Amino acid sequence: MRRIAAIAAAKVTAALSQRLKMGGGTALPGLIAERIDPNIVPEMARRLGQGSVIVTGTNGKTTTARLLRGIVRAAGLRPVANRAGSNLMRGIAAALAQAAGLDGGFAGAKRRLGLFEVDEATVPEAARALRPRLVLFTNLFRDQLDRYGEVEYVAAVWRDAVRTLGDSATVVLNADDPSIAALARVATGQALFYGVEDTSRASEGLEHAADARWCSSCGSEFVYSEVFYGHLGHWHCGANCGVARRSPLVVATRIEMEPEGTRLMITMPGGDVSARLPLTGLYNAYNVLAAVAAAVALGIEPEAIERGLGAFTAAFGRQERLTVGGRRVQVILAKNPAGLNEVLRTITADGEEKDVALFLNDGIADGRDVSWIWDVDFDLLAGKVRSLTVSGNRAWDMALRLKYAGLDSLVEVEEDTATALRRALRATPEDGNLYVVPTYTAMLQVRELLARWARQPAFWETA
Amino acid sequence: MGATAGVLGDGIVELKLRLAHLYPKLMNIYGDRGNILCLERRCRERGIKFEVTELGLGEKLKSKEHDLVFIGGAQDREQRRVAEDLVEEKGEALKEAAAKGVVILAVCGGYQLMGRYYRGAEGEELPGVGVFGLRTEHPGPDAKRFIGNVVVEWQGGTLVGFENHGGRTHLDDGVKPLGRVVTGYGNNGDDGGEGAVCGNAYGTYLHGSLLPKNPRFADHLIETALRRRYKDMEMAPLDDRVEERAHAAAVRLANRRGIISA
Repeated sequence: MRRIAAIAAAKVTAALSQRLKMGGGTALPGLIAERIDPNIVPEMARRLGQGSVIVTGTNGKTTTARLLRGIVRAAGLRPVANRAGSNLMRGIAAALAQAAGLDGGFAGAKRRLGLFEVDEATVPEAARALRPRLVLFTNLFRDQLDRYGEVEYVAAVWRDAVRTLGDSATVVLNADDPSIAALARVATGQALFYGVEDTSRASEGLEHAADARWCSSCGSEFVYSEVFYGHLGHWHCGANCGVARRSPLVVATRIEMEPEGTRLMITMPGGDVSARLPLTGLYNAYNVLAAVAAAVALGIEPEAIERGLGAFTAAFGRQERLTVGGRRVQVILAKNPAGLNEVLRTITADGEEKDVALFLNDGIADGRDVSWIWDVDFDLLAGKVRSLTVSGNRAWDMALRLKYAGLDSLVEVEEDTATALRRALRATPEDGNLYVVPTYTAMLQVRELLARWARQPAFWETA
Repeated sequence: MGATAGVLGDGIVELKLRLAHLYPKLMNIYGDRGNILCLERRCRERGIKFEVTELGLGEKLKSKEHDLVFIGGAQDREQRRVAEDLVEEKGEALKEAAAKGVVILAVCGGYQLMGRYYRGAEGEELPGVGVFGLRTEHPGPDAKRFIGNVVVEWQGGTLVGFENHGGRTHLDDGVKPLGRVVTGYGNNGDDGGEGAVCGNAYGTYLHGSLLPKNPRFADHLIETALRRRYKDMEMAPLDDRVEERAHAAAVRLANRRGIISA
């Protein structure tokens, strides 16, 4: 009875909040359902015939989960997934309640797979409730230190969670990130590694935002033969204590960047997969690779993986493209140094002058501490931007940071989001590309404005 | 703008400041790079040469070779690695430097380690250098972390920044805080003090980065270092319009937070 009430309440709240345009209706319904029935997540997750998958990490959760969702569908399964960014317990509860019938069961339960992106700090709770068959870790970077505490704290939380997974669960790990790879040591089940081996994609040494510099076993400095981005690369402990990157099973052997997308060749035990995706930047190549590795761990065939990737469209705010007033607008979320460095590298890759708008907010979901912008290499933009609009409630912090990157003569500061966006569009020539790079809460505002202006449906209908 | 020259004895000489940056790879968690960039830029714009020496684990500090010393913040794990090295390899030289009036800026974790000791959440104790007469104690893993925007009253104006620390710092009798907290927690959330000053050594919990948004404080450090080396110094003013806007916005935002969620 309680379960039915919880599910019904969630469904009604979701419908109401969408009708009243309160947003995506993704958090409140889950919150209400959990209030009425605190056991709703474990009870419903048990009824998913294919079990559950957790996708977590600092960067790439949403895109990776979305890619994996496409692959899983192509393999004939029916995923139950939370909406973009709704990655706390209430988001999972809402997704389960939405997908279920009033009795808490699922139509076609045999082919139902839970596929949830999960906030870093929520992993232990989600793992307890979902008892996942697979947990995929993307990477660990400094991010929102005011909210998550320290990077090492997040690593410790994950270690504890992995220890409790049980030996039937698989962890899928990024071999190129030493902090992620280290989780294999505490896993009691299987660990599957993925990594990049196209060394033509390597950059010149560790950047300032690199985090995992020190061996977690003996404390010596890691040595890198290749660095792809941040602290991701081919590494081993400098003291040769034995801690080193493991040979991955799922490997990106070729990555080709194109102006509008990326071509990938991925090799795996059952064969090869080649794909072309409308996503740019090396960090997105990692997202594709992570999704493919998870699919391999789920036993999905290369042919279905290829079909799933082929049907991909960008997630909301993640390199989504819109046309507004004849200008092509690309919205790229960036919320930490490693992520923003890669975004800047991607934007400036072809050497042509770009129009860019940066939106920096300091809401709780953005990280209230904006000092991370000092760890970003904005010098990457020097000589490569035509217009640079800066907005958000921390616009002046950003303007000051850009002054130090020698870009002050280009910077236009406008704290109001809508005015700034209009100015940035005006500064962009017709038929030109405007790159809008917001933090999380700014992305919600920007996306709504652009959607209205481009007459696109609101985000919850496409996310 | 305009280049500045100093008078040393009877000749005009080229000005130069030499900064030692302690543990740039280990103590760099909260955008502390901005502090170095700021000092560098404000010197360069005035025609003052600025040299940075990065000193990591096992490397000695020579107090005679530097006019300024900077140490930033770190996570607990890195802080533990640094603590021993700081005391063993650099401790004596740091105390010597402080006694000679070398300008020292220590932020967050670096500030804690410059005190007498740091006692962690589990009761484990890290020895400090003792440049500042103060102690820092973490009340335990369940204690509230002091996180948020800070505004501090300093020399007739304000300093702005962001704090994020579990340790509570208490100054010994007679040790002066850097400033008085207007918004935020400061040293211990209790006595209204933020940071510490001992001679030309400054400690603070403020990052954000601290110096770019607080150009008055940055110039105070540069001027103090210059005056120690060269006589009769005049510092040319710089165009700080963007800095002032960022500072004012930070004060406004900190107050908004203070009212809503203090």
